[in-house]
Amino acid sequence: MTFLRRQLPLVITFVAGVIFTLQYYVPHPKSEILLTEGSLWIQIIGLFALVLGVTSLFHIHAVKIKRQEPGWGYSLILYFGIVVTLAVGLFVQWVGGQHPGGKETIDGAMTAFGWIYTYTMVPLQGTMFAILAFFIASAAYRSFRARSKEAALLLTAAVIVMMGRVPLGEYLLPVTGDITLWILNVLNASVRRAILIGISLGAVALSIKIIFGLERAYLGGGKE
Amino acid sequence: MPFDVVLGAWVAVGLTLFIFTFLYEDNPLFKLAEHLYVGISVGYTIVKGYELVFRLIYDPIVDEGEWSRLIPVGIGILMLTRYVPKIAWLSRIAFAFVVGVGSGLAIPRLISSYILKQVEDTVRPLVSVLEGGLIRPTFDILNPESSLNSLVILIGVMSVLFYFFFSIEHRGPVKVAARTGIFFLMLSFGAAFGYTVMARMSLLIGRFRDLIEFARPEYGRATLWLLAVTIVILVTAAFRRPSAPPEQE
Repeated sequence: MTFLRRQLPLVITFVAGVIFTLQYYVPHPKSEILLTEGSLWIQIIGLFALVLGVTSLFHIHAVKIKRQEPGWGYSLILYFGIVVTLAVGLFVQWVGGQHPGGKETIDGAMTAFGWIYTYTMVPLQGTMFAILAFFIASAAYRSFRARSKEAALLLTAAVIVMMGRVPLGEYLLPVTGDITLWILNVLNASVRRAILIGISLGAVALSIKIIFGLERAYLGGGKE
Repeated sequence: MPFDVVLGAWVAVGLTLFIFTFLYEDNPLFKLAEHLYVGISVGYTIVKGYELVFRLIYDPIVDEGEWSRLIPVGIGILMLTRYVPKIAWLSRIAFAFVVGVGSGLAIPRLISSYILKQVEDTVRPLVSVLEGGLIRPTFDILNPESSLNSLVILIGVMSVLFYFFFSIEHRGPVKVAARTGIFFLMLSFGAAFGYTVMARMSLLIGRFRDLIEFARPEYGRATLWLLAVTIVILVTAAFRRPSAPPEQE
């Protein structure tokens, strides 16, 4: 039984890891099929991970409502959002002979699900990200004081890029457009490249440790 | 104007204004919109997941007889055993498979695309072949492939890598390289910050454009009415809030 609980997952990780590593170096149509099928399998398993996540969210808010904890009314609103979207996306579309989850009918008209997406999700998502502009600006005001050479560089680069990205900035100081391009395409590219190389080396090392069973944190703790 | 569009405008304006109230303070209107956002997003994800079930599982099995698709379904079901404590260990098999495949896929692709390719693009010739077969360095600052910029990129990559390399003490020439790396990092972080701010500003302008559009008479002046309602609710809530107890000496 210990083998099934502790060793079998490690064997599965090893076999799957080695097969999909070698797949890259086998230039054969069957190898490509293996890659395509493997990716589809991961997507299918991911759907069950979604079930885990959604049930966990349902559970947390159900407990909140049951105990009538502070703010439990908002949990009801959350449930309302889920139920209405599901009902419209699956049931109403199905009854109306439309494809479930489709945002437009064949003749290009907006479906009820498309309405929810356009008039609730898009504005909510857009505004949530848009208000970050204010918080970023206020954080910058507090922390962007040029106390050192490094901070001065950070401030200068930020100001130049901000000016170079809008017509007004380029109108006031035409050179900012070219400097912005140089900063983004040369300086920023070199730093991103170095960070990418570092991250990739670390990820490859971690993947090798996982395949050989040296890293087992993903299996979790708990009972043997 | 069709009724569904006008209704949509009112809903979109209301939710947008409710989210913006967070700039004043955390309040019930913001929380309402926030929870509705989470709920709708989860519902949307489930509907899209349902679509995937048909596309990846049901249709291939029923229409094309691809019974092999039942194997990942079986592995996925093992994931759900986490809800049954006695057999929760079975979920490890599913996690082991996903992590194993992910690691296997990652190794060659990371080495090829993110290490070798990046190194290849960093170490470029410092001279260019010009028209007429003339070979000489180029100093065009706006061309990322000019000799000057190739050198800057090489120095940037090497110095940043030195900064993150802790196996040797940062003294002497290594310290100089690491310090140069810090300067490159700061310039890059500043540029990333400026770029992000402008991207958020662009989203903000988009939201304001919608608010201005929906303030027109054909939409029933949704923005103006809902702005007034929002302000009234916030003011009422502020007056009804119990005052904080005086601080004890």
